[in-house]
Order: sequence, then C-alpha cells, then structure tokens
Amino acid sequence: MNNLLSLITFVPAIAAAILALFLRGNDAAAQRNAKWLALFATVVSFALSLLLLKGFDPANIGFQFVEDRPWIMGLHYKMGVDGISILFVMLTTFLMPITIASCWNVETRVKDYMIAFLLLETLMLGVFTALDLVLFYLFFEAGLIPMFLIIGIWGGLNRIYAAFKFFLYTFFGSVLMLVAMVAMYHAAGTTDIPTLMTYQFSHEPILAWGLTITGGLQTLLFLAFFASFAVKMPMWPVHTWLPDAHVQAPTAGSVVLAAILLKMGGYGFLRFSMPMFPVAAHLWTPVVFWMSAIAIVYTSLVALVQSDMKKLVAYSSVAHMGYVTLGIFTMNAQGLDGAMFQMLSHGFISGAMFLCVGVIYDRMHTREIDAYGGLINRMPAYALVFMFFTMANVGLPGTSGFVGEFLTLMGAFQADTWVAAVATSGVILSAAYGLWLYRRVVFGALVKEGLKTITDMTRRERAIFAPLIIMTLLLGVYPKVVTDIIDPSVQAMVANYAAATTPASN
Amino acid sequence: MLSQDIAIVLPELVLAIYTLLALLVAVYTGKDGLTQLVTWATAAVMVAVALWVAVAGAGSQTAFGGLFIDDAFARFAKVAILLSGAAILLVSEGYMAKRGLARFEYPLLIALATIGMMAMVSAGDLMSLYMGLELQSLALYVVAALDRDSKTSTEAGLKYFVLGALSSGLLLYGASLVYGYAGTTSFAGILTTVQHGVPVGLLFGLVFMLAGLAFKISAAPFHMWTPDVYEGAPTPITAFFATAPKVAAMALIARLVHGAFGGITPQWAQVLAVLSVLSMFVGAVAAIGQKDIKRLMAYSSIAHMGFALMGLASGTAFGVQAMLVYMAIYVTMNLGTFAFILSLEMDGKPVTDITLLNQFSKREPLKALAVLVLMFSLAGVPPMLGFFGKFYVLKAAVDAGMGWLAVAGVIASVIGAFYYLRIVFYMYFGAEQAGADSKMNPVQWLALMGVAVVMLAAVVNFFGLEPAAVAAAAALVG
Repeated sequence: MNNLLSLITFVPAIAAAILALFLRGNDAAAQRNAKWLALFATVVSFALSLLLLKGFDPANIGFQFVEDRPWIMGLHYKMGVDGISILFVMLTTFLMPITIASCWNVETRVKDYMIAFLLLETLMLGVFTALDLVLFYLFFEAGLIPMFLIIGIWGGLNRIYAAFKFFLYTFFGSVLMLVAMVAMYHAAGTTDIPTLMTYQFSHEPILAWGLTITGGLQTLLFLAFFASFAVKMPMWPVHTWLPDAHVQAPTAGSVVLAAILLKMGGYGFLRFSMPMFPVAAHLWTPVVFWMSAIAIVYTSLVALVQSDMKKLVAYSSVAHMGYVTLGIFTMNAQGLDGAMFQMLSHGFISGAMFLCVGVIYDRMHTREIDAYGGLINRMPAYALVFMFFTMANVGLPGTSGFVGEFLTLMGAFQADTWVAAVATSGVILSAAYGLWLYRRVVFGALVKEGLKTITDMTRRERAIFAPLIIMTLLLGVYPKVVTDIIDPSVQAMVANYAAATTPASN
Repeated sequence: MLSQDIAIVLPELVLAIYTLLALLVAVYTGKDGLTQLVTWATAAVMVAVALWVAVAGAGSQTAFGGLFIDDAFARFAKVAILLSGAAILLVSEGYMAKRGLARFEYPLLIALATIGMMAMVSAGDLMSLYMGLELQSLALYVVAALDRDSKTSTEAGLKYFVLGALSSGLLLYGASLVYGYAGTTSFAGILTTVQHGVPVGLLFGLVFMLAGLAFKISAAPFHMWTPDVYEGAPTPITAFFATAPKVAAMALIARLVHGAFGGITPQWAQVLAVLSVLSMFVGAVAAIGQKDIKRLMAYSSIAHMGFALMGLASGTAFGVQAMLVYMAIYVTMNLGTFAFILSLEMDGKPVTDITLLNQFSKREPLKALAVLVLMFSLAGVPPMLGFFGKFYVLKAAVDAGMGWLAVAGVIASVIGAFYYLRIVFYMYFGAEQAGADSKMNPVQWLALMGVAVVMLAAVVNFFGLEPAAVAAAAALVG
C-alpha cells in the first residue's frame, strides 16, 4: 500500500474522468448513474482513508505514507501525512459523500455538477497531502476552477458577480504566495516541505527603499503567504468575498466551501507560516491577534442584522475562523489543539448549518428569514436537527463546538489576556444571533400561507444529518479521539517554534 | 569549404527550393486549383524539415564565415517555428477554402516567411539578422493583406507594412551605430569589443535595435499595431502572426543580447525588464474592455510576450531556458485557441464577438470544455501547462534578484485572468440566446482537443521539452 495516499486522492478524479468520457446523454437514467458513480467514488475514497487512519502512528511526528517521485523541473511528486494533515484528509473524505448525497435533487447539468465536485475533492485532498511546495500550490490553486464553475453555473441570481469576486480575490492572494514559493526555492534550493520546515530562512533586517524591514526575508515571505491564507481563511478585513460566494453558491457548494475549503487557510498557517517563518510570525502575532478579535466581534455583530439565512451562517463562519487564527498564533499547545479542533468541528457544524438552510430552501426557494416562522408545527424532526446544530454552533458543552472554543480561548488567555477577553465576548454574540435566528425561523405560530403545506425532512435528508450529529457529539464528549492524533505533532511544532523565537525575542 | 557551408544551411535550402518550385508549378498549372494540395505539401515539407533539424542536428557550427550559426538554440527555435507554421497552415486550410481565400500564394508566402525566420534565429551577424528579418516581414506584409477585397484586411496589411518599415528603420539605425562603434557586424566580434569597455554610442545602437525588435514581438510600448492588425487580417493570418513570428523574434532578441552583448548583461537587462513590465500590464489592462476575440488575443499575446521577456531580462542561461519553454507553451496554447476561433461562425459568416459565445457549453459541451482548459491555461492557473511557463519565468526572475519583476508579473496575471474568465463566463454562465456555432473540420477539431489534452497531460512531464530547452540555453549562454 505505498500508493495509498495517491489512491485516496485520485479515486474521485478517476471517477470524474469516467463520467466525462463515457457517460452519454442527459436523461434520467444518465443522471442517476452520474449521481451513483459520484457517491460510490467518494465512499471508496472514504473507506480507503479509514485504512490510512488505521495505519497511522500518532507517536511518530514525522510524515507517514510518504510517496516520492521525481517530477519536472527538479520538483518532486511527494505526498505524505502527519498528525496535522491526516485529520483534514479524513474530514474531506468524510464530508464528500454527504455533500454528494445532499445534491441528489439537482436537475440542471447533473453530470457536470458531479464532475466538478469529484475534481474538487481530488484537489482538496491534494492540498492536505502534498509535500512539495509547487505540488501544494498546484492543488491549492486548481481548486478555484471547479469552485468558480460551481458558483457560476449552479448558483443563485447574482452568481456571476460572486463567482468572479471569489476567483479574483483568492487568485490575487495566492499569486503572491507563488512568488514567495519561488523565492524559497531560490533561497533553500529545494521545494521539499519537510526539509523547508527545518530550514532557517534569514531574518536579518533588509534595507529597501529607505525602509528597514525587520525580520528580513522571513517577514516578506510570511506576508506573501499571509496574503494567500488570510484571504482563504478568510480573516477580517479580507473576508468580503465569502458572504457573496456563500449566498450565491448552491447548497452543496456552500457546504464544501465552509467545511473544507476554508480549512486550507488554517492548514496553510500550520504547515507553512508557523514552522517556516517563526521569527516573522512572532513579530506579527499581535496584529493577527487583534485581527482575529475584531473578526470575532465585528462579524458576529454583522451576523446579527442579516436577513438572509445563508449570509448569517457565512458571517458566523468568519467569526469562528477568527478563533482558529487566534488559536494558531498563540503557539502554545492548548491554542493549537483548540484551533485544530475548532477547524474540524466547524467542518461538521457549518456544513450541517448550510445543509439545514438547504433543506428549507429546497422547499420554499427563499433564504429570507422573514419568509419563515413556526416551522416546528410542521417539521418537528427538522426543528430538532436545526436546534442541535444551532447549539453546537453556539458552543454548547457536550458538542464539539464547545471544546474548540474553550481550548482556543484557554490558549489565548495565556498569550494575551485582553485579546482573549474581547474574543470571549464573541461566544455571547454567537449565542445571540444563533438563537435569534432559530426563534424566528422555527418557533412561533405558523401564519405564513406558503408554509402550511411544508413537509418534514425526507429519509434521505435524515440520513445525511445522522453522521454529522454523531461526529459532533462524539468530538464533544470524547475529544481525545482527535487530540491523541494531533497532540504529538502539535507539541513538536510548539517546541520548534519556541526554539526558533527565543533568541530573537531577547 | 562551400560544400560544408551548404551542408549546414541545407534545411533552409531545401525549404526554399521547394517553395520556388511549388510557386512555378502553381503558376503554370492555372490559378488556385492546386491550393489544397500546395497547402498540405508545404505543411508536410515543413514538418519533415522540422524533424530533420531536430534529429540530425548536433553540436554547434557556423557557416559562411560566421554569418550563419547552427546550434541547439537555433534548432529549438526552428523546430518550434516550423511545427507551429505547419500546424497553422493545416488548421486554416478549411477556413481559407470556405471564405474564398484559397490562393496558392498563401502557403508559399508562409513558407518564405518561415525561411526568413529560420535565418533570423541562426543569424550570427547583423547583416544576416537583417536579411532574415526582412524576408520574414515582407512575406508577412503581403499575407496580412491577402483578402484583397476586404477593407479591413488591406488596412491591416498597410498598417503592418508602415509600422513594420518604421521598426526595421529603427533596427537598421541601431545596427549601423553598433557597427560604427564596434567596427564589426559579426556578433562574435561585437562580443569581444564590448568586453573592453562600452562606448555610449554602442549602447544607443543596442537600445535602437531592441526597440526595433520589440515592434516585432509587439512588446509595449511598441505594441500599437498589434490589435488593429490582428483584428483586420483574416483569422488564419492572425493565428500565424501570433505564433511563429513571435518565437522567431524572441529567439532573435535572445541571440542578439547574449550572442553579441553577453558581457554587458546589466545594460540590456533593465531595458528588457521595463519592456516586460509594460507589456504585462498593457496586455492585461487594455484587454478588459475588448469584445472581439481577435483583439483580445492580440492583447493576450502582448501580455505573454511580457512574461517571456521576463525570462530574458534575468540575463541568465536559466532565463533563456525559461523563455524558450514559455514560448513553446505559448505557441501551443495559441494554436488550440485559434483552431477554435477559426471555427466560430453564425449564419455561415465568421464571427469574433465573444458575447456570441453565450451558453456555448450547452451547444458544444466537449469543445467548450477544451476551450475552458485553454483559457485557464492562458491565464496561468495550475494544473494547466500555462502555469508552468509562468513558474519558469518567475523562477528565472527571482534567481536573478529581480523579485520586483516577479511580483509585478503575478499582479498583472491576476488582472489578465479577468478577461480569460470572461470567455468562460459567456460559454458557461451566459444568458440563453442564439449564438455562434463552431463548425470544425477534423483537423481543427484535432488541434483544439489535442492542445487541450496536452495542457493537462503535460503536467506529468514535459515530453522532453525541458532537456531540449536546457541544451538550447547552454548553447547560447553556456
């Protein structure tokens, strides 16, 4: 099983190729075949990734399941996972069958839709497993293409604007990273990520155009990577593409965007920014702290006044990602564990939140909060599921949302009390917008004419939510399943970071 | 001695003899009945010569007292020129026949221009440089005006001629200055001279020559003719303009700056860097408002020339290698794109308005997908091959300490991505309405699909492009 990672990564792409080349026609049978093949491929990929988890040794902090082949231009096709990345791989393979199942009702261009999602899965998995800078960039950037098409073809009314904004915004962020990667290749003479993680980039101050750049090359590289990951994350104030993209994207697109694509930013920080440019990261920590704190409070307040459900959930995503950046930059074990945990938990919860919105959107074709009210009368099962995930989103103890936020804030208190204090107020705000949304949509008398005939969740919809509920509860009551895997890698990262920054701070 | 010299220029000679014979035959056997045959025969001869050059050539040798150089660099450029020229001939044959432009002069003029280009990239002397350049240019002026009854085509031909003559004048003036100060016209001689100090007059000459050549590759700020000529000329001619002559002129610049001015890299590197930045931004910004796909491709080629110049501006062997790889990829992408543009028509008339591509993906899913791949490749988005071209030149620039140039380049590429995306937007997201059809003959279909597949498959490896480019760069700079 030396090729297990490649296999997991490319199974969806192979299925996409089969669909593109061999599936003819656009009748009901062809559509059904496309859906089943897509579901099958994603399930196979998930099953294979379970083998990966089984064979993974958490105590080993190096990369495992490594594949390495020479590629063009002195680059390498190198893949592998460590304690940081394996769970993202699992998250992706776990969520993709759910995503595919959630778009069973799509009727326009079903085949193309499935191809786009399958390719997207391959590219996302590639991001988390690539161990070569350029290979990473290739997957990272190529993911924009299917997402651009998903938003643009199957999106809402204003989809064109959203698709262009999404593409150009994130493209701009990542091309700066490309230049930084080229510069790293030049400086270190290799694009091998494990080697670069131990390589010390110069942090001698540089004098340019009369300005002294403290932290030198590291600062420049850090900022270039930051431009990319901050946009992807997204951090305040470069988050504005996200609400647009979310609102216009189809439900499944929103799920993938919130649950997996946003995690690439956090993963990038953990894989590149912190281990490779520790001195620069240390210098910029206060800035990132306050950006995160502002993100949490500001976007929570913005979420309060939204009238569109998807936009509300999108802003809540930005707020939750604020905790992640906060946790990462504390660079202590609690903060990092918390950030990792928050990312995984947000993957389940935000995905489920968008699916919840999707359930009623499929029935009523509107996302306006005002168009709903009193759903509990006709949709008890839906009300229960929606309440569960609202509570998880708020961070109720017993759900995974609580563990992530708690660990992050605990880490943050050790690093900077004021920032932590501001960030903690976000917990209250998230309860405010979450519960208020829930009250307006679900409770009250059922007075709206159109809602009188609304039906409860179908069996397919319940089946989609079941695994998400299980994971949210499991991670909430027994977080050890996650922390056991990530902790050795996190500890190693913290130790390296401390070793690299201690002389610099003297 | 003469026999040795002739052996070295034999590929060019064979092509020239073929062209003249074919011209005679076509003239004597009546008007245009043989056009199809001549087109295919010319393409076949060009492919054969390309294979010959690629397989038989080895080492570096000079002929006619240094006037003509045959080395790995020249061979790389020649193969690219010959293959792209032949491919464009084949792709455009159907279009020419359908639009009543099937004149036998067309393939033969293209062949003559190709001979000129082959002479350009092998030039070892200012005289042979100019001779090759003019042979190429004169043939191209004529083909630009091939559609005699069309006002835009004749206008394009005239514009191209006037501005081309101006640029040739600049080049010639520069060459005379260089000759005056260096006392020799041979590149090798100039190279020895500049190693003993550089008189200002020589630099003036260099700058004038670069300006003249910048016209030929349509680098900003010498790009003004490009959109008009691209738009006015018949589409196959535009396709040809966008491919082979660009390779030839770019290779000629590389030959000139490294072969004759190799000792004073900083002097010309900054000139090329400025040309590169201006081209990338002009190409990216000016294309935003364009609705005509041929004008759009004109600006796109300006931007791409900027990127290729970035490789040269680094002034290293790796830079030359990056430029060659970039040009090879660029030519391939343009071949596929123009195969598509050639096939666009509405009610039997050729169209070039991109708004007519509305919902093209519903009418022709497979072709739309291929064009999508090409557009993202032109925009430099991975995993398409276009990205690797960009990566190459960026690396060359950063290695040479020109980080600012790399940053400017990627910012321009983001701006440029917008208009490639716009074509995708019309094809996939546009409003439902009657639009252009794509009627392709098998050759065009093969070109479009083949290029799209190459754009994706070449990620696995470059099909030997890389070692060839390494050898070529080593021959020139090493």
